Amino acid sequence: MNFKGRAFKFGNDVDTDAIIPARYLSTSDPEVLKKHCMEDADPEFPSKVKKGDIIVAGKNFGCGSSREHAPIAIKACGVSCVIAPSFARIFFRNSFNMGLPIFESDEAAAAIAEGDTIEVDADSGLIKDLTTGRQFQARPIPLFMQELIADGGLMEHIRKGGGI
Amino acid sequence: MGMTIAEKILAAHSQTPAFQPGDIIKVNVDVALANDITAPIAIQAVKESGVKKIAHADKVVFVLDHFTPNKDIASANQCKYVRDFAHQQSIDKFFDGGEAGVEHALLPEKGLVLPGDLIIGADSHTCTYGALGAFATGVGSTDLAAAMITGQAWMKVPMTMKFIFKGTLQPWVGGKDLILYLIGKIGVDGALYKVMEIEGPAISALELSDRLSMSNMAIEAGAKAGIIAADAKTLNYVKTRATRGYTVFASDKDAVYDSITTFDCESIEPQVAFPHLPENARGISEAGEVRIDQVVIGSCTNGRIEDLRIAAKVMKGNKVAKGLRCLILPATPEVYGRALAEGLIDIFLQAGSIIGPPTCGPCLGGHMGILAKGEKALATTNRNFVGRMGDPASEVYLCGPAVAAASAVIGKISAPQEVVK
Repeated sequence: MNFKGRAFKFGNDVDTDAIIPARYLSTSDPEVLKKHCMEDADPEFPSKVKKGDIIVAGKNFGCGSSREHAPIAIKACGVSCVIAPSFARIFFRNSFNMGLPIFESDEAAAAIAEGDTIEVDADSGLIKDLTTGRQFQARPIPLFMQELIADGGLMEHIRKGGGI
Repeated sequence: MGMTIAEKILAAHSQTPAFQPGDIIKVNVDVALANDITAPIAIQAVKESGVKKIAHADKVVFVLDHFTPNKDIASANQCKYVRDFAHQQSIDKFFDGGEAGVEHALLPEKGLVLPGDLIIGADSHTCTYGALGAFATGVGSTDLAAAMITGQAWMKVPMTMKFIFKGTLQPWVGGKDLILYLIGKIGVDGALYKVMEIEGPAISALELSDRLSMSNMAIEAGAKAGIIAADAKTLNYVKTRATRGYTVFASDKDAVYDSITTFDCESIEPQVAFPHLPENARGISEAGEVRIDQVVIGSCTNGRIEDLRIAAKVMKGNKVAKGLRCLILPATPEVYGRALAEGLIDIFLQAGSIIGPPTCGPCLGGHMGILAKGEKALATTNRNFVGRMGDPASEVYLCGPAVAAASAVIGKISAPQEVVK
């Protein structure tokens, strides 16, 4: 699978309160959550983001709470994948469990600029910055987690007989 | 080759005991926890899977503690959704209304989490139970749904970092100060994907409440778990509470660690973490002049009876500074009852504090203590991210109960010695 979209850049340690503030957690409706995605980091983000766009962030993306509302909000507002040097561990597993593709690459996260057009080959982890022509290789994803993404998340993986 | 506590607990709960760090293994969980924010997504996932009756209701614990007492219609509906499911699925470890407390204070108190357990919780501060010598880690709602159906979870086997605290504690320093100091040294991703094993003479000298505060904030360094080996104090704590068996694990002498770091408590003073990350920890002597609008004493980090005793010791006979709101939320009904019986609530009321019900409310900017634009709060909670307690242009500072109580009296961030001469 390929993803293509504009890059939206964020800094280090973007926490889940920035991704979706707790004041909106009295619902888990993706249509409501997407209106507030990243709003405490960039209030304009929900209105600017378009289907396919890519979040490119600094280290430790998604730190803080375990709320799955964070990857739900990111997916619902059309973001195709997230690229960062590292992800906080609960956000990391939530993303695979829910089928939100994420890619770890120090180089891509540093080199990609806001607004660049990015293409990602999800199978190989090859990240291309079409604006600058540079290419980056994301760290390999463990086999089990590749299966989760291929099945569309943990529940579908279990339903298909894959177990945990 | 020797094993760490974390590796031993994972092995005891897995069918594939020969594993290496980085391997992904399946583990049987003893406890699967969720709250009123995270349970609805898990329940929805169970319903969508077509499973009518979950196979592992006996492992499930639901606590309605975040937006409770129901803050609005939407949160009331979320709670009702969880309540209905708990009744339908015969989940008997369901805590609601006057039986509910802040989950990570409630579960140890009720003896529902024990040494050697493997606990997952759809709440990041599930790592609190590491203080009992358990492997406890925060997961997402989908993990919870899977555990309700299969009784299992997947785990990437982590490396362990060892932290040793030597020396004796300085006056007014507690577990919260030690963990803020540690996070200040290693950063909010200093233990990312790893287990923190905390030990040393200063840790052995700590009571369980202080140890629970420390393990509680392991996640604020990015850790998967924050484990303190069970000792005589731990066993004394659990023996009157446990209603099932448990196992005490200790790390082998030749266990392999990712790193070993030693801190000397002689040089650690009460800490304050400045906005907007828990890693921005400073000694109280370096806090400078920070006037505050609100103090919050409570939460899964510092809402236990021992915390309230410290706050009361500082606040006794004093008044909350004019114009400052001091909120005190005992973390569980049992803590509340003991605080009443010991006269602590009276001390807080006489000082002009507001006493709230057991709830997570203000910690996450949910309700009961929301900050306006530009306001500053000092809290015994665990996170000070942008907008954490209210308006995105408000600020949260973190500390232990002694500094919080002293600062409530003086009106700016202050050392306890400034109030208790």
